[in-house]
Amino acid sequence: MKFIDEYRDGEMARPIIDEIRRLADQPLRLMEVCGTHTVSIARYGLRKALPETIELISGPGCPVCVTANGDLDKAISLARIPGAAVATFGDMVRVPGSDSSLAQERAAGRDVRVVYSPLDGLKMAEENPDLKVIFLGVGFETTAPTVGATALEARSRGLKNFLIFSAHKTVPKALKALLELGEIKLDGFLLPGHVSAIIGSHPYEFLAEQYGLACVISGFEPLDILQSVLMLVRQAKGRSPRVEIQYKRGVKPEGNLKALEIMDRVFEPSDVEWRGLGLIPGTGLVLRKEFGDLDACRAFDIRVPLAKENNGCRCGDVLRGLIRPEECGLFARVCTPQNPVGPCMVSFEGSCAAAHKYGS
Amino acid sequence: MCVAIPARVKSIEGLAAEVEVGGVFRKISVQLTPEVHKDDYVLVHAGFAIQVVDEEEARETLKLFEELGALETE
Amino acid sequence: MNRAPNAHQHLDRILLAHGSGGELSHELVTSLFVKAFHNPFLDRLDDSAVLQAGGERWAFTTDSYVVTPVFFPGGDIGKLAVCGTVNDLSMSGAKPLFLSAGFIIEEGFPLSSLQTIVASMQETAGEAGVKIVTGDTKVVNRGAADGIFINTAGVGLIAEGVEISGNLARPGDRVILSGSIGDHGVAILSSREGLQFSTTLKSDCAPLNGLVDAMLEVSREIRCLRDPTRGGLSSTLNELARQSGVGIWVEEDRIPIKEEVKGACELLGFDPLIMANEGKLVAIAAAGVAERILRRMKAHPQGRDAAIIGEVREEPKGKVLLRTRIGLARIMDMMVGEPLPRIC
Repeated sequence: MKFIDEYRDGEMARPIIDEIRRLADQPLRLMEVCGTHTVSIARYGLRKALPETIELISGPGCPVCVTANGDLDKAISLARIPGAAVATFGDMVRVPGSDSSLAQERAAGRDVRVVYSPLDGLKMAEENPDLKVIFLGVGFETTAPTVGATALEARSRGLKNFLIFSAHKTVPKALKALLELGEIKLDGFLLPGHVSAIIGSHPYEFLAEQYGLACVISGFEPLDILQSVLMLVRQAKGRSPRVEIQYKRGVKPEGNLKALEIMDRVFEPSDVEWRGLGLIPGTGLVLRKEFGDLDACRAFDIRVPLAKENNGCRCGDVLRGLIRPEECGLFARVCTPQNPVGPCMVSFEGSCAAAHKYGS
Repeated sequence: MCVAIPARVKSIEGLAAEVEVGGVFRKISVQLTPEVHKDDYVLVHAGFAIQVVDEEEARETLKLFEELGALETE
Repeated sequence: MNRAPNAHQHLDRILLAHGSGGELSHELVTSLFVKAFHNPFLDRLDDSAVLQAGGERWAFTTDSYVVTPVFFPGGDIGKLAVCGTVNDLSMSGAKPLFLSAGFIIEEGFPLSSLQTIVASMQETAGEAGVKIVTGDTKVVNRGAADGIFINTAGVGLIAEGVEISGNLARPGDRVILSGSIGDHGVAILSSREGLQFSTTLKSDCAPLNGLVDAMLEVSREIRCLRDPTRGGLSSTLNELARQSGVGIWVEEDRIPIKEEVKGACELLGFDPLIMANEGKLVAIAAAGVAERILRRMKAHPQGRDAAIIGEVREEPKGKVLLRTRIGLARIMDMMVGEPLPRIC
């Protein structure tokens, strides 16, 4: 497959790894903030390839994992609305809220359908005029524009039975909040390639300018990640922190202006709670008033009991980079992929799921 | 947080396109990348093209890998 | 409020995930069915039960087919029903002889579809050299079945000297795969409404008893045979590793996967290693005979793309390790839940 296979070439990995080893003579703590990076690193065993001086920490990069229980509960409760059908990405199906999950709601007879694209949700609404189709919008800036574009399409088709529940979040301010917690010392960030395809490189500049952190926007194939680590090591050694783009084939410094325009037209920032990080102002995305007729939160009175935190679950600490999944007392003993306590274990991109699936 | 893969644009009709990956075809929306042309490669996420792949940059990146490899054998 | 950590994800109801062949299925089978029915034949948990009768060894197995859509590229539920049971018998080293066929049909199911399915079953049975000797038909109310469900049970004879079971793998043995994986899983997905992608890929659904006969002619030092159906290669290898108490090491680059399977999986976020196969087998054979068996397989229509993909070692017991194309090893875990298209 073009533009994929070339970046998985095993032979090309060796020289990059050797160069990293040659240069990384001081301890470096690098955080990756994208669930897809977490998975790729685990899937290709990259942590073991890197010298011990480099520590790769997983941050709050899995949009499902960082959704607070209260929001999860609301999303799950949508399935119980009479006459409603929930259209959701596969990622959300097994995630446990305080009491239930979408999979369990489906087992109890509710209409929950997995879609690959929000446009499939739109199609569902068109084909089922008697159903109120509620699309669960989860994801960061990579996904929000696709949901925004779908909202515009729903408008232009005059659909009256398509609604959106937005749990979307944005990344840059969350990174700032994470740093302001002052809990972990970092030397650099491996930044999310596809979020950046949308937002470009400028929103991250404060990380280098104000915090002196090395930053590289990375692709997701193993060679991309290895090269990005090399670039980070070079920045750190040269004491020249800046935001570099490794993933040049997918990311322009200005991002995707059309996507940003659509995102801005349909959504506005809101204050939202992140699992593990608390309330971070301006990092949520809610539908603007002009799109109120598409907003599930306006259409329905979604009230849920106060969220219960899962006893013993340390997802929050994992998401802040404080502990590795293996350091959680529940990991692999009580909390397993079949029997997950928190979202980090059940979400495809959760750090705990990746650690369990791909082992150490 | 983002599974998006490079796919080749086989045809475009308005704001919809048919793309191909490894011989598998799917219709997607190009609402977010209206500037795209036939035979371009795009990154596909959730049924949308989110960016056009810059093939020149893709080649440059591969060249960087090769250069590192060449350095090693010197 | 304090609550037991696992209280909420369990489970006063069966979930779809319980039927998909991965971890949850395995857990349901062992903790409920095997626990209740427990006997030495069942406890082995091989594809078929091996029974002694009249001085001979018989393999006996059953399987139910609930696939949707009922007609898919490369086959239909009828062909699947015959192949599935024929193959389960073959995986125990048995020569499949007789099948039963039980039909549960939804009211309103088109007669012409039923006729096509039955013709397909007869054709496949002929190809496999088995006879369908008994059956049953039930019709249920509209909505109570997804068109049609079929159950087939089968019996076969195991020749003397043939000892094949999931717990016989030993360190040093080689792992052979009979061909490309993921074809069936992807073909099924492509013909479902939801995902809307198109491909020329067909299901690999086929009877494997001919291939197994050919392999056994070369050598009896075949320890294990298993067809990686639901749950895919990953589940099958994990099951074998657990049953035999050994470690299985696999080279990612050696696993044959068609371009289209890779493309579809990349697009939707699936893992080819967990996709279902209906015409492939995994064989674990002694190192000394592996190459010869492989050559014989490649000469057979069902084994053209066969490859030795790995080997059995002492450690890590009960686990499967994959050496990735980057050259680093990681665990190959069993599938949990159903494969779902994802954005993350």
